[in-house]
Amino acid sequence: MTPDAMTGGFADAPVQSACGFRAILRALSQPGEIVAVAGVRPPAPLSAAAGTAALVLLDGTTPVHLAGPHACQSVRDWITFHTGAPLVEAEHAMFAFGSWDALLPVARFAIGTPEYPDRAATLIVEMDRLDSDGAVLRGPGIETTARLSLPELQAFKVNRALFPLGFDTLLACGDRLAGLPRSTIVEDV
Amino acid sequence: MYVAVKGGERAIDNAHAFLAEERRGDPAVPDLSVAQIREQMALAVNRVMTEGSLYDPDLAALAIKQARGDLIEAIFLIRAYRTTLPRLGYSTPVDTGKMATTRRISATYKDLPGGQILGPTFDYTHRLIDFALAAEGDAPPAPQASPLGDVPRVTGFLDREGLIEEEPASDATPGDLTREPMELPADRALRLQALTRGDEGFILSLAYSSQRGFGRTHPFVGELRIGEVAVEMDISELGVAIEIGEITVTECETVNQFTGSKTQPPQFTRGYGLVFGQTERKAISMSLVDRALRWKELGEDDTGAPVQDQEFVLMHADNIQATGFLEHIKLPHYVDFQSELELVRRLRAGMTEAAE
Amino acid sequence: MGLLARAPADRLAALYPHISEHAVLRGPETGAVMVRGRQGGTGAPFNLGEMTLTRCSVRLPCGKDGHAYVQGRNKDHARRAAVLDALLQTEAIGEVTARVLAPLAEAESAQRTARASKAAATKVEFFTMVRGED
Repeated sequence: MTPDAMTGGFADAPVQSACGFRAILRALSQPGEIVAVAGVRPPAPLSAAAGTAALVLLDGTTPVHLAGPHACQSVRDWITFHTGAPLVEAEHAMFAFGSWDALLPVARFAIGTPEYPDRAATLIVEMDRLDSDGAVLRGPGIETTARLSLPELQAFKVNRALFPLGFDTLLACGDRLAGLPRSTIVEDV
Repeated sequence: MYVAVKGGERAIDNAHAFLAEERRGDPAVPDLSVAQIREQMALAVNRVMTEGSLYDPDLAALAIKQARGDLIEAIFLIRAYRTTLPRLGYSTPVDTGKMATTRRISATYKDLPGGQILGPTFDYTHRLIDFALAAEGDAPPAPQASPLGDVPRVTGFLDREGLIEEEPASDATPGDLTREPMELPADRALRLQALTRGDEGFILSLAYSSQRGFGRTHPFVGELRIGEVAVEMDISELGVAIEIGEITVTECETVNQFTGSKTQPPQFTRGYGLVFGQTERKAISMSLVDRALRWKELGEDDTGAPVQDQEFVLMHADNIQATGFLEHIKLPHYVDFQSELELVRRLRAGMTEAAE
Repeated sequence: MGLLARAPADRLAALYPHISEHAVLRGPETGAVMVRGRQGGTGAPFNLGEMTLTRCSVRLPCGKDGHAYVQGRNKDHARRAAVLDALLQTEAIGEVTARVLAPLAEAESAQRTARASKAAATKVEFFTMVRGED
C-alpha cells in the first residue's frame, strides 16, 4: 500500500462526515446549487470534493468503479484504506469516479429495477469547470429554473426519460460540488 | 384510517423517571455494577450476546442492567446498538478444532483421545438451593492438574471409517440475513445463522418436539465443547490476516443414525450448533433443529412436523421480531377497535330486528 | 498485534501510560466484524454473529506507520496499540518488547495455563468395576 494512501482522510470523522453528508444532501436536493466542502486531501487526480463524497458515501458494502486515470494505484489504495469499498467493473458499481470522458459510455451503469429503483449507480464526475451557466435545469428542488455547466446534455436527457430509474450524478471541481439527481429535467438554453 | 393525535409527553417523561427509580430499586441496597453482572451473571450475558448477535460482554451486561434483567429487552437493546456500528469486515472462519477447551464431553465414546473434560458444569450438581451463597464470600480456588494438549474432533473418528457423511470444506461466501432479508427456502448457512441468533426457548422446544417424535431426531451428542477461539481477519492495508481478539464459544456436534436413502448408504449424519459464550442448552438444541431441517437434502420423508418446516422454524425463531409484532397490539388501536365496535353493534341490531 | 489486541486495556495503559507523539491516519473508530464459523466445524462458512472492534492507524514523526484492530470499544486501547505497533518497527523495539510485550505475554500465558489446568483437573478417570464376560 502506498504511504500517501493513509493520509488525507477525515481528522474528525463524526463532525466532518456529518458536514460532508449534509453538503451532498443539499446538492442533490437543490440541483444546480454549488456547495463547498473542505478538510479532505485525497491523492490526485481525485479532487477534494470527490474525495469527501467517497469518504461519506462508501463503505464495505458499496462496490465502486474508478474510471480512467482515477484507477491509479494511489487512488485505489486511498479508497481501500479509508472506506473498505470493493473495487469493481462499471456494470457492478454503486458508485463511480472519473472524468466524464472516462465514465463514457454511461449506459453501462446500473439504473435500478422497477422493484428496486434504489439499486442504481451514482456517478461522481470530475469537472475542469463548475459554474452556474450552461444547461437549464427544472424539476424537484428547483423553484423555477437553475443553470449548471454540464459535461453534455444528451446523456442526461436520456437518463431523465428512464425515470424513476436512472443513475444519479454529482459534479465535483476542486472543493466544490453540485448535484444532478435522475429526477432533474435538463434542457438546452 | 389513521388519526394523528398529540399528547402524553409529560406522562411519558414521568413514566421514564418512575422506570429509572424502579430499576434502581431500594437505594439502601448497593447499586449493581456492570462488571458484577458481566462476571457473576455470565450465562445471562452469554445469552444476550448470542441472541443479540454481538459479542461484547460489557455491553451485554449493561443492557441487562438497563433492561432490569429482562433478557429479551436486553437483546433488543443490543440489536438496536449493533445497527449503529459500521461493518469493518468479516472474520476468517473460526477454527474450533484449535479451541482452548474448558469443557469437552462426548456421549458416543467413553475413552476418547483427549478425554472427557467436565469443566464448570451444572450437570453433576444437586439441584438444591445453596443457602451458603446467600452469605457473601469467595469461592475456594479450583484444583489444578497439568494442562492437556489439543483435543481431536470426535466426528473425525467416524469420518476416518467413512461411517459419517462428509462435511465438504469450502470457502463460498455465505449469505448474511443482517444484510439481505432471508428468502425461503434458505440454504444451510443462512439457517444456521438464523438458529444461532434465535430464541433459546423456541429452539429448545422445537428440539424437544423432534425428540418426542414430531420429526424424529433422537441423536447422540458426538461432542460438546466450550472454550476460547481466536478471531482473525484479513487486513487490506497489511495484506495479511491478523488476530483481532478471542471469543468464547460453545460447539455441539450431534450424530444421527441414518438408514440410507436411494442415493446414500446407511451412515451417520450430522447436526451442528455453534453459539457465543457458554450456552450449552442452546448449542445442543440448535444442532437438533439443524439436523431436522436437513430432511430434504438427505432424502428423508416430510412427516409434517413443525421442526421440519423451514418457514415455521426460521420465521418464528427471532424473539425481537416476535416481541415487536406481539407487543404492538398494546399500542393505540382506537380507530380499528371503534370500527369493530360499530360492526358488532350493527350485527346485534340486525339480529334483534330479525327476531322481531 | 494479536497480543496487543487481546491485552486488557487497563493493563496496557499501566504498562505504557504516556503515548508517544504521532499523527492519526484513521480512527480510532469502533465498528463490528461479522464472525464466521464453519458448518459441522470443518465445512462451508456461515455467519455466526458480530463482535465489536475498534481500529486505529497512526504515523510516527519518523514516518513509520502502525495499525491496531482491537476487540471491544476502547478507543484509547486501539490508539495505544497502534502507536506500539509503529514503535515495534523502530529502534525502540527492544524497549517496547521488554517493557510492554513481555509482561503482557507472561500474564496471558499464566492465565491460560491456569484455566487449562483447572479444566484438566475435571478430566474423568474411568475405573472398570465389573466386566460382563466370565
